[in-house]
Amino acid sequence: MNIEELEQIAESVRQENARFDHEINVCMGTGCLSQHSDQLKDALAKAIESSGKKAIVRRTGCMGLCAAGPLVLVDPEETLYSHVKASHAEAVVASLGGEPVAELQCDLREHFDQQVHVVLENSGHIDPERIDDYIARDGYRALVKALTEMEPNDVIKEITDSGLRGRGGGGYPTGLKWGTVAKAGGDLKYVICNGDEGDPGAFMDRSVLESDPQRVLEGMVIAAYAVGARKGYVYVRAEYPLAVSRLSACLRDARRRGLLGNNICNTPFSFDVEIRLGAGAFVCGGETALIASIEGKRGTPKPRPPYPAVSGLWGKPTLINNVETFANIAPIIRNGGKWFSSIGSERSKGTKVFALTGKITNTGLVEVPMGISLRKIIEGIGGGVPDGHKFKAVQTGGPSGGCIPAEMLDIGISYDALISVGSMMGSGGMIVMDDTSCMVNVARFFVEFCMTESCGKCIPCRAGTAQMYTLLTRICTGIGTMADLDLLVDLCGTIKETSLCGLGMTAPNPVLSTLRYFRNEYMEHILHKKCPAGVCNMGTAVHDETAQEVLA
Amino acid sequence: MRKNGFARHALIETLHTVQSSFGYLDDKAIRFVAQSLRVPLSQAYGVATFYHYFSLKPPGKHTMTVCTGTACYIKGTDKLLAAAEKRLGIAQGQTTKDGNVSLMTARCVGACGRAPVVLTDGELNGLVTSEQMLEHLERWTVE
Repeated sequence: MNIEELEQIAESVRQENARFDHEINVCMGTGCLSQHSDQLKDALAKAIESSGKKAIVRRTGCMGLCAAGPLVLVDPEETLYSHVKASHAEAVVASLGGEPVAELQCDLREHFDQQVHVVLENSGHIDPERIDDYIARDGYRALVKALTEMEPNDVIKEITDSGLRGRGGGGYPTGLKWGTVAKAGGDLKYVICNGDEGDPGAFMDRSVLESDPQRVLEGMVIAAYAVGARKGYVYVRAEYPLAVSRLSACLRDARRRGLLGNNICNTPFSFDVEIRLGAGAFVCGGETALIASIEGKRGTPKPRPPYPAVSGLWGKPTLINNVETFANIAPIIRNGGKWFSSIGSERSKGTKVFALTGKITNTGLVEVPMGISLRKIIEGIGGGVPDGHKFKAVQTGGPSGGCIPAEMLDIGISYDALISVGSMMGSGGMIVMDDTSCMVNVARFFVEFCMTESCGKCIPCRAGTAQMYTLLTRICTGIGTMADLDLLVDLCGTIKETSLCGLGMTAPNPVLSTLRYFRNEYMEHILHKKCPAGVCNMGTAVHDETAQEVLA
Repeated sequence: MRKNGFARHALIETLHTVQSSFGYLDDKAIRFVAQSLRVPLSQAYGVATFYHYFSLKPPGKHTMTVCTGTACYIKGTDKLLAAAEKRLGIAQGQTTKDGNVSLMTARCVGACGRAPVVLTDGELNGLVTSEQMLEHLERWTVE
């Protein structure tokens, strides 16, 4: 495979597409599939056949706006339809070439205009199980460029120049990590793609793997070339069956095209990838626990150092990056590190995909440049809080993150800014809460999560989270005292300082951040035995009216 | 096992295969896998109990899985779960006495855009109301 051959494939796809006047893209991500977009696709195909129009129906990956599914995008007009049912198929096909169907059309310019798509550039435009579609949109050019024109060191330099930081949440500079693995001795090295998206409320990785798996694979192969690895693993949650099947199809096609396996693109470089399934353990999202899980053991973390970059899988140097990090690699190599670093803020470059969920109008996936304010994401792109409720807080970073109150909505999104307000970037879950959510109860929910997900290896996390949960339950049921609160704060500090891995170290974050910004809610629970949001059952039932009064 | 070359590190993969074929992992299956892959039984049992995905009990004829991820929680799956528990008279993680319905919970199935989410026999239903869910349970009981 070389540039000319890629060009040939791209050309043949273009010619094939040119035979049709219209392309109807039907979203077949998990969200839309649950609303029978597969039946919709069949109905559209049938309607086209009977109408005799020159159009093609294509299945695509997630278009982002899961709340309004099933979504249909008609090209080249770029008409977006939402809530399309199989019964609408005839009307949609009949409208081709004329006026669009007004009742289905959704005008969400505000939703899409403020987004910058780098990772999601192909989502919703290509069939995720057709490698040729990906190639037609400049796919694998970065790989060919890296293998034929660049030395491994040049690749690492380009990534370093881009300023890309790990998208899994920690924000470690990717170029630096690659450099460390490349320098590590030994000829056996591994590349691992971390797709164990345990953070409840986040689904970026699932969506990327379902919509554009080739892009992740291309990033992995380039990484392997840069660090000198010959074997890679993709670790995916078993809860994502569609992502697993699309990824397997993607690996098979790439092998067939000579883009994976021995002598990739007729160069001496060889690399192959295997899929490893997770089995439902949040702690496996951490590097060392993930490695243990790939080795077929219980997913318990190890103390670092040694870092996986020096001694990882089976004691060999191992590069672990998140799905989204790998998805950023191909565009960086294709367009150069300078281009990438022109997007975003000073210390956080590029874009970030967020899963916007909870009490918000446009739930779904959004990709925004770093540095954009939270307010723009929630009120602009997200469309604000529905049903006339009032925005209370946004939770980022999953169980390890924190809640950001309304008065801080104007901070720009970056790794450092989010940490400074007591939260963190995390993998990109963004859960909006309104005045019907009780912050104490939310903190309790996250602590319960960490408690059940604690692997039990170190005591601060195993016993500490259980104690935190007991204390919060006392407060939530109206028997908490001020002494409980002091004990809770004390305990948070201990767990944070002494836990072995990220799970334990960050487990107190939801409690600390809610205490920082919503201390009055804790006070209400303890002193007045009242839940301002009316969520907690405090023995005496709190009526909606009283809840409203307290809020006013 | 053959597909993975009887490799010891493919323990989790093998257990996945067993579970998808038989629905759960019984004592015999775990012993057999441990022996064939030459891993200590303690390790095989440890792995099978460590990961939530593996079940050591046979599932009911139908399975209802309620997602309890953050987004679903904010949108009120705790109420859905309580309603289902009340209707079936069992706690989460249990199966009704007649072996008809298992009530499970999941930590996020990644369809948060459609929260709250309930899986009925593996099929994903978004924006579920408590009435819809109970209706579904009713249908299973009638069968």
